[in-house]
Amino acid sequence: MTQYESFEYDVLVIGAGGAGLRAAIAASAAGAKVGIVCKSLLGKAHTVMAEGGIAAALANVDDRDNWRVHFADTMRGGQYVNNWRMAELHAREAPECVRELEAWGALFDRTKDGRILQRNFGGHAYPRLAHVGDRTGLEMIRTLQDHGIHLGIDVHMECTVLALLTDDGRVAGAFGYERERGRFRLFRAKAVVLATGGIGRAYKITSNSWEYTGDGLALAYNAGAALIDMEFVQFHPTGMIWPPSVCGILVTEGVRGEGGVLLNLERRRFMFDDIPENYRAQTADTEEEGWRYTQGDKNARRPPELLTRDHVARCIRREVRDGRGSPHGGVYLDISWIREKRKDAAEHIKRKLPSMYHQFKQLAGIDITEQPMEVGPTTHYMMGGIQVDAETQMSTLPGLFAAGECAAGLHGANRLGGNSLSDLLVFGRRAGRFAAEFALANQWARVDEAQVNLAAARAISPFETAAASGSRENPYQLQADLQEMMQELVGIIRTEAEMHRAIEGIDKLRERAGRVAVTGNREYNPGWHTALDLDSMLIVSEAVTRSALERKESRGAHFREDFPAKDADSGKFNLVVQKGREGEMQLARAPIPEMPSELKQIIEEMK
Amino acid sequence: MPTATFRIWRGDAESGKFEEYTAEFAKGMVVLDAMHRIQAEQAPDLALRWNCKAGKCGSCSAEVNGTPRLMCMTQMSALPLDEPVSVEPLRAFPPIKDLVADVSWNFRVKKQIKPFKPRTPDAADGTWRMYQEDVDRVQEFRKCIECFLCQDVCHVLREHHLHDEFIGPRYFVYAAALEMHPLDVEDRVGELKKAHGIGYCNITKCCTRVCPESITITDNAIIPLKERVVDQFYDPVTRLFRIFRRST
Repeated sequence: MTQYESFEYDVLVIGAGGAGLRAAIAASAAGAKVGIVCKSLLGKAHTVMAEGGIAAALANVDDRDNWRVHFADTMRGGQYVNNWRMAELHAREAPECVRELEAWGALFDRTKDGRILQRNFGGHAYPRLAHVGDRTGLEMIRTLQDHGIHLGIDVHMECTVLALLTDDGRVAGAFGYERERGRFRLFRAKAVVLATGGIGRAYKITSNSWEYTGDGLALAYNAGAALIDMEFVQFHPTGMIWPPSVCGILVTEGVRGEGGVLLNLERRRFMFDDIPENYRAQTADTEEEGWRYTQGDKNARRPPELLTRDHVARCIRREVRDGRGSPHGGVYLDISWIREKRKDAAEHIKRKLPSMYHQFKQLAGIDITEQPMEVGPTTHYMMGGIQVDAETQMSTLPGLFAAGECAAGLHGANRLGGNSLSDLLVFGRRAGRFAAEFALANQWARVDEAQVNLAAARAISPFETAAASGSRENPYQLQADLQEMMQELVGIIRTEAEMHRAIEGIDKLRERAGRVAVTGNREYNPGWHTALDLDSMLIVSEAVTRSALERKESRGAHFREDFPAKDADSGKFNLVVQKGREGEMQLARAPIPEMPSELKQIIEEMK
Repeated sequence: MPTATFRIWRGDAESGKFEEYTAEFAKGMVVLDAMHRIQAEQAPDLALRWNCKAGKCGSCSAEVNGTPRLMCMTQMSALPLDEPVSVEPLRAFPPIKDLVADVSWNFRVKKQIKPFKPRTPDAADGTWRMYQEDVDRVQEFRKCIECFLCQDVCHVLREHHLHDEFIGPRYFVYAAALEMHPLDVEDRVGELKKAHGIGYCNITKCCTRVCPESITITDNAIIPLKERVVDQFYDPVTRLFRIFRRST
């Protein structure tokens, strides 16, 4: 018999970043009793790291913008394997969600006439990102947090969910443990919203913190829900690369939006060398035109530094591979050059990019108003995740919803910068609203004690391994070995042979994970937590690798050296991953439904 | 590789002591990197908090050589390494384990402050107009990453333990952000004086000095709030006016 403390909610939200908080607020507003579980303290989720802004066609800076352009940009960026209905809803509802944040106290930077200011970003046709300097994510999470704490929502901080409970094909709740004392908690819930974020910790070089081990994806997968688009992992082109201890930390795309340029060892702007066909008409011909674009000239086209992230990341990798990289194996990102153009350059940079200024000053000893930065690609974002219904965000398991990074569909093969924060708001709100609706329309599901006992036994097994005789594995070492392998074999450039090696590697790591042992007791024990994270990381890594093997083409963030071209037939399906009866991972092709003619027409018009 | 010796606080809610660990370090390493290395190689159950590792989330607050700091932004090269570097939890809060302190009091305090209450939208499109110069000073306060270093260093909390009568610098910054928000119409001045204990602050500016976001806590947030309290409660003209109003 497992000992645990019990809680009951109409809607249980797992994760308290932007999507989780927005979902909790929406569910609470719809009359549901809501609980939130978060792995860290409230307000520390990865949303705080989002820098550039929230994409929404408010048309405050350029009145040519509207939801249609935003929709077309999102689809083009995602290479047309996006869930088009999600892309439509996202583009239509994002402006309202931004205005809602303002009504809750968010203070965005302003235009001269007192409206919300918007900035340029990669892949967006017009200045579209509502922002606060380069700390937009902090503004967003704090606004949601400060609004949410007055709504009577229970918050379980520093609590980790280990398993979802199911009853006769629907969700019945969740089982987890609180870190401070290491005690189990059972959450009965009529509906559950997963908002657990990404999987960046499966890679060695990442902008993600320790939390992003793919928990939500693994929880959903283990409960029988489908995952989709798992081959599409975004490598952000500009992460810090030096000194080694800061490797992977994000450098916002906002630097390029404000006029920053990418240079190789020869100090040449290599991004002009390779402009993809579908972006040629929208890209500047000269450096001068690119500069004018960043300064708001509506007749100028964007500089190639603001092409989509997948493309920029590959161009950087090419420069490094061909021996034109910077001393520490990246390229230069230079914003200081704008001194030639603006008298107030240093002040302007500090005002527009304050956290970048401090980050480089304090961590790398570099003054970005004087010197170029050194940058290289870093694992940043998971386009794939839990398959959801576009309208309601319900997964393929009734009662289980997902929103934000852990859900999939909106971004297709590549996400545009700024579309993640708007994603959190638009689909967090929808997930919360429909989860509440589901909860209020359904009876309580039955909690199966056998599922609880199994989850509890698995959780404490690393202590038993430590107490027994036999070989033992260190959880930190296992995690590092997995990260090293995924970085090496399933990274930016992929080949069949390497990915087969990765599958073998995952099998071996899984076997070693069975011998993982932890020392100490259950109270606030990070070694134990690292051991518990391994399961999720292995599931997610396997799903990424198997999907990447199956997609025999290059599209968006997924690049196959053995299939370097895009394949029209492969653009007609998404890959779906599900747990088979024997526990094996099953992969299937799901045809992309026909787009309605109105949407097709928008895409044609914007070509 | 050079090595450094650390004296790390190991303990639980009841008791604890400093234990010494030696770790190698490379150029550019911060204290948090060293803690991670010690955790991975020597003390797998060493409890600490961290998230972003870039000074943006405010999780890895601790006292390094007695000073409240973010471990992720404290360069090893900036510390004297000829003697052991001490690392311990925030001392103004109850200990949980090792470097983790129980900061839950802060979350409870925030709930007691009246939330944002905007005036009715007055622009034609159903929103508001605000100008950059009107939001600048509030944006400074909204840079706060809630690391609670200011709360830790504040003697009213740390030495005098007035947690029930005083909300601390973090929440004066929070209250200032609300009070000076161009759209907010709520009045929090009465609470600031009584329940929130702003009078206990004697502007020694310790909080401003430790703020990793360089928020000018004392000058820009606390002093203007103190002035509002004075204006409302001690200004002779206002007092006469209030007496007059009460009597009519």
